[in-house]
Amino acid sequence: MSQTSPLAPNDPSASQQTIIEIRNFDFAYGDSQALFDINMDIKEKEVTAFIGPSGCGKSTFLRCFNRMNDLIDIARIKAGEIKISGINIYDDDVDVIELRKHVGMVFQKSNPFPKSIYDNIAYGPRIQGVKEKGALDQVVEECLRGAALWDEVKDRLNESALGMSGGQQQRLCIARALAVRPKILLMDEPCSALDPIATAKVEELIHQLKKDYTIIIVTHSMQQAARLSDRTAFFYLGKLIEFGNTDQIFMNPNDPQTEAYVSGRFG
Amino acid sequence: MPHATAHHLFSKRPTGRRRVESLLTNFFRLTSYLVILSAGYIFANIAYHGSKAVFTTQAPYINVAFLTQKPQTLHVYEPRVAYQSIQATRVEILKLKTQRRQLGSNDKLSAKSLTTAIQALEIKVEALDIERKAGRLLYSDSDYRKLARSPSEADYVYNNYAYSGGGIGPAIVGTCLLVAGSISIALTLGVLCAIYLSEYSRPGRTLQLIRLSILNLSGVPSIVFGLFGFGMFVLFFGWGVSMLAGWLTLAIMALPVIITASEESMRAIPKGFREGSLALGASKWTSIRSNVLPYALPGILTSSIMGIARVAGETAPIMFTAAFALRDQLPWQGLDKPTDFFFQGVMALPYHIYVVSSKIPQNEYTRNMQYGAAFVFLFIVGFFALSSIILRIKIRKKYSW
Repeated sequence: MSQTSPLAPNDPSASQQTIIEIRNFDFAYGDSQALFDINMDIKEKEVTAFIGPSGCGKSTFLRCFNRMNDLIDIARIKAGEIKISGINIYDDDVDVIELRKHVGMVFQKSNPFPKSIYDNIAYGPRIQGVKEKGALDQVVEECLRGAALWDEVKDRLNESALGMSGGQQQRLCIARALAVRPKILLMDEPCSALDPIATAKVEELIHQLKKDYTIIIVTHSMQQAARLSDRTAFFYLGKLIEFGNTDQIFMNPNDPQTEAYVSGRFG
Repeated sequence: MPHATAHHLFSKRPTGRRRVESLLTNFFRLTSYLVILSAGYIFANIAYHGSKAVFTTQAPYINVAFLTQKPQTLHVYEPRVAYQSIQATRVEILKLKTQRRQLGSNDKLSAKSLTTAIQALEIKVEALDIERKAGRLLYSDSDYRKLARSPSEADYVYNNYAYSGGGIGPAIVGTCLLVAGSISIALTLGVLCAIYLSEYSRPGRTLQLIRLSILNLSGVPSIVFGLFGFGMFVLFFGWGVSMLAGWLTLAIMALPVIITASEESMRAIPKGFREGSLALGASKWTSIRSNVLPYALPGILTSSIMGIARVAGETAPIMFTAAFALRDQLPWQGLDKPTDFFFQGVMALPYHIYVVSSKIPQNEYTRNMQYGAAFVFLFIVGFFALSSIILRIKIRKKYSW
């Protein structure tokens, strides 16, 4: 693992282990290239935020980490590689299912299954073959506690997840992702559909999860990126413009485009 | 009188466009009412006439013989006196009518008196007819054979009518078997096909071609399916006129509807459910099985209802492949070996209605059979459809988003 990437930010926490390495990554939908030559190191147990105007490729990039883009026929990697714990995830011998167990994802639009709260959390363990009620009960409680949802829903585990509020649904989706015990959590604008109070709760949760998980979050809200993340990457037109410590990106950006964006002059 | 108010900014003004619009609205309304009215009339008519055959005035109020027996020849003994005086009166009426026609337009007075006479005679016929109906003896073939002594020729006039006695038991059983079998085959094949088309296939020209051909298949006239089934299953495979041939022919006919509707309902499932489960490490099939199919089930059931409606009512496809005009035994009777079950012809309601209404001489007794069969047939199709609908509602309640 390369510890001395040219783009690795120079900050005191550099001692953290690099868990994801992206090298010369080019990505295209059909003929239109969406990502250009991305190089980046993402550190373990940190929150990394991707910011940038709509259509800059940050969500596309996020979905490359668990190969969600495989679902799109015309999507393809043109060059480069993404290594998670040293393994190129686009190698032929990589099992996508194993990868996705390792790299969980929370979507922009909360998508609880139209089943009970319990069944939502138990979905991941169940498809991995866990059948005993005791083990499932334990996972459900653990994950709901982990997502700070247990006290709110413990009395209605068997009710439909769709009866929950928007913020609860999103936290349920986070809990559901935790149930497969991933190392990395990808979050694609998890708060974009939530009101400020629900947003605050999700942010608090992300803050706590940081202890155990590596979190990458795409967000449109610069305040959120500033509040939550340790490092921030600014994307523009499919290019990584600047990547560094969050404080540095927001207080003292090196690139004039970054400065223009974080100060609200465009985007 | 509506009091006249001054025109203000938003006051209603009669404009041409408004008039056209209200005219159009009423036109739409009229058309819908007309359609509903005609449908209602047809159903009411069938129900009214059919209930005469299906229901009785005495307990258990349902004509069990009609629902269980096989079709038989009806032997009718009508009271000779009433019968003959009806004939005589009818002749008289005819005579008077001829007279009235020859009168010409000038003699209005005698024409009027003739009309009154005719009306009086007609009332007499009706009275005699009631007497005839009260006095007549009806025997189905099996009862007739059991008679120790037939009623005396002196008192009764004897007639017999084919297909007018007994019931439609074998046809009911046959139709239920044909519908159940063909729908199970069509649903299995159709859902598998729809899963492939909506979840696995890559969009492109081939897929469009497949879709187009499926769509075209639904436009093929049913008689063509019948001929295809006859050529393929009955002759080429050598199954003969058999239930299996009928199942497959009907299944092929229902397939396009089922595939199209099932595919649509699977496509309508939000992408989020698939992505959500895939992101949790589910394989594609697991994600389809647990997060697409269950939610698409209501739509698939709707498609099966449409399939049933299409399949159950068809006469043409089974005419050559599965239906017998008359079969004494029920499908599970007299089988040499269990597999024979699939290779026997059956009676079917639509074909039976066709036979009794166009292949035999018509009279007041066949009429009963036709309407009775049609009524029962509607009832059966309604029952199949209703059970699907109830199932759909139940599932929809369980999975709604």
